[in-house]
Amino acid sequence: MRKRSASIAIARDARTKGLQRRWRVGERVIEGGIFLASLLAIVVLLGIVAVLLRQGLPIFAHTPPWEFLFGTKWYPVSEPPTFGTTTFFVATIWVPVVATVIAVPIGVACAAYLAEVAPSSVRESVKPVIELLAGIPSVVIGFIGLLLLSPLVQSMFNLNTGLSGLAAGIMLSLMSLPIIVSVSEDALRAIPDEFRQAAYALGATRWEVVRHVSIPAALSGISAAIMLGVGRAIGETMTVLMIAGGALAVPVSPTQPMMPMTAAIASGIGNAVRGGPQYQALFAIGLLLFLITLAVNLIADRVLERQKRKFVR
Amino acid sequence: MYTRVVKKVLLALTATALLAVAISVTGCNGNENGDDLSFDITGSNTVQPLSVVWAEEFMAANSGASISVSGPGSGVGIAALIDSTTEIAQSSRSIRQSEIDAANARGVDPNEIMVARDALAFVVHPSNSITELTFAQLSAIYTNEITNWSELGGPDLPIVVASRDTNSGTHVFVKETVVQMRGLPTEDTSLEYGPGVLFLPSTSAGISEVAGNPGAIFYAGLAYVTEAVQAVAVSQTGDDPYVLPTVETATDGTYRVWRPLFYYTNGQPTGTVKTFIEYCLSAAGQAKVLDVGYVPAG
Repeated sequence: MRKRSASIAIARDARTKGLQRRWRVGERVIEGGIFLASLLAIVVLLGIVAVLLRQGLPIFAHTPPWEFLFGTKWYPVSEPPTFGTTTFFVATIWVPVVATVIAVPIGVACAAYLAEVAPSSVRESVKPVIELLAGIPSVVIGFIGLLLLSPLVQSMFNLNTGLSGLAAGIMLSLMSLPIIVSVSEDALRAIPDEFRQAAYALGATRWEVVRHVSIPAALSGISAAIMLGVGRAIGETMTVLMIAGGALAVPVSPTQPMMPMTAAIASGIGNAVRGGPQYQALFAIGLLLFLITLAVNLIADRVLERQKRKFVR
Repeated sequence: MYTRVVKKVLLALTATALLAVAISVTGCNGNENGDDLSFDITGSNTVQPLSVVWAEEFMAANSGASISVSGPGSGVGIAALIDSTTEIAQSSRSIRQSEIDAANARGVDPNEIMVARDALAFVVHPSNSITELTFAQLSAIYTNEITNWSELGGPDLPIVVASRDTNSGTHVFVKETVVQMRGLPTEDTSLEYGPGVLFLPSTSAGISEVAGNPGAIFYAGLAYVTEAVQAVAVSQTGDDPYVLPTVETATDGTYRVWRPLFYYTNGQPTGTVKTFIEYCLSAAGQAKVLDVGYVPAG
């Protein structure tokens, strides 16, 4: 009897040991898998950079960098071709600026309402609806812009054509709005309730709490939300291709038709000869676009860090 | 557990490898057997939709026939014909002398067959009083030299000039034929689309712009000309008659803004390729040309 129970105990012990070993093996496999997955992200990123450099840099043998960056003439299919990208660069500034100017006040106000004012039943039904907006394909947004917004913009601002940076910016603001609302709202809700309660205890009104306590406290999250929205606007292609107008003059006002960098790549790559100058120039534009988004992200990072440090103090 | 996972992975890998081998074997069969019933068409992206329709109709009528159509570009198609990797090269431009020489050097004798025409209409808003334009005027519009319809005797409206983007072969065709006025006394190859021209990603986008904008002008294949827009009669120099683009004027050649669409074969076509091209040029085949948006070869 005692012998049996001992053997059972030994068997159980062995089993748990085996289990532990298996656990360790499984753990290691999972760890390795996760490590590989994170490595893959970096490898893919480096690969993209390498491809952009490899395909894009040779253009500078054809067109010197300053001419490429500051030239205003883009005639890729002429003999000889000229590649000046200033006009795309300026358009890439205009469209996200319009989108941000529209989306940020509305988005932050909406987030503040949802997080601070709205009863939870309203919040729980409104937030998913706003997030649904993010799921609309950009080609559909472009189509709506083409059919509804561009005639409206044309008559409202008395323009020659409604296809303009302004129309594209307005449509893009619709696309970055859900990101801004959703991320800002999360940031506002993450603030400890003691902050608000302390402010109310001091006799602050609801507006004063939102304006002087909640929004400043959540500013890091809100700026992250804005940067995400800006990134979305810079990288968006289909909508700007369809409604920004696609003119090659350097736009001095957002009401002019323009062609941002993403649209320039999309509208040229289909017919570009592989490895030819136009192909290389389009990749170089891609490289430039990559650098711009990188800069936006780095700035966002800096702002976040500074904000966090201020907050800690 | 470990071994089971390894086994599963191995099994999956073997299955994939077998599948890949099977697919490649069957894939090769079709090409290598080279039975008379299957052939390739490759080349121009412009001709491709037409070739696809013809190929579908032909395959439906001739069971066993197998035609694969691809549209990487006219130059690629002609190169494939020179390399004898395709039976038919489709092209929206005529073959160059250098290409003929290269083909002859390899024992290939390019045989040109015009299968259809691509006629382009210049369209304006129906309310526009301008109904006829010369090549020189169109060129001035597209280079932004003329920016208001009143300069042409029309309403006092700024001209919104729309074009296809460089993805489209039509972009280059219009630039050479109309903007640079190729072959006319006024030809000037230094002329380019002006900086104010809107480069649009699709023909339908241009048509909808013209339909909604009293000051807009655009060019499009005949099939896209609807009641929402108004086609302009065009004259090359102003001395020759102004001709409205219609199927008839494009077919008899009096309307001048069109380009031929070609098939190139190695020598006279034989066998199934011959039957196919005969079908394309037949009344039934040419009727399909109109459906796709082009004009019969005539």
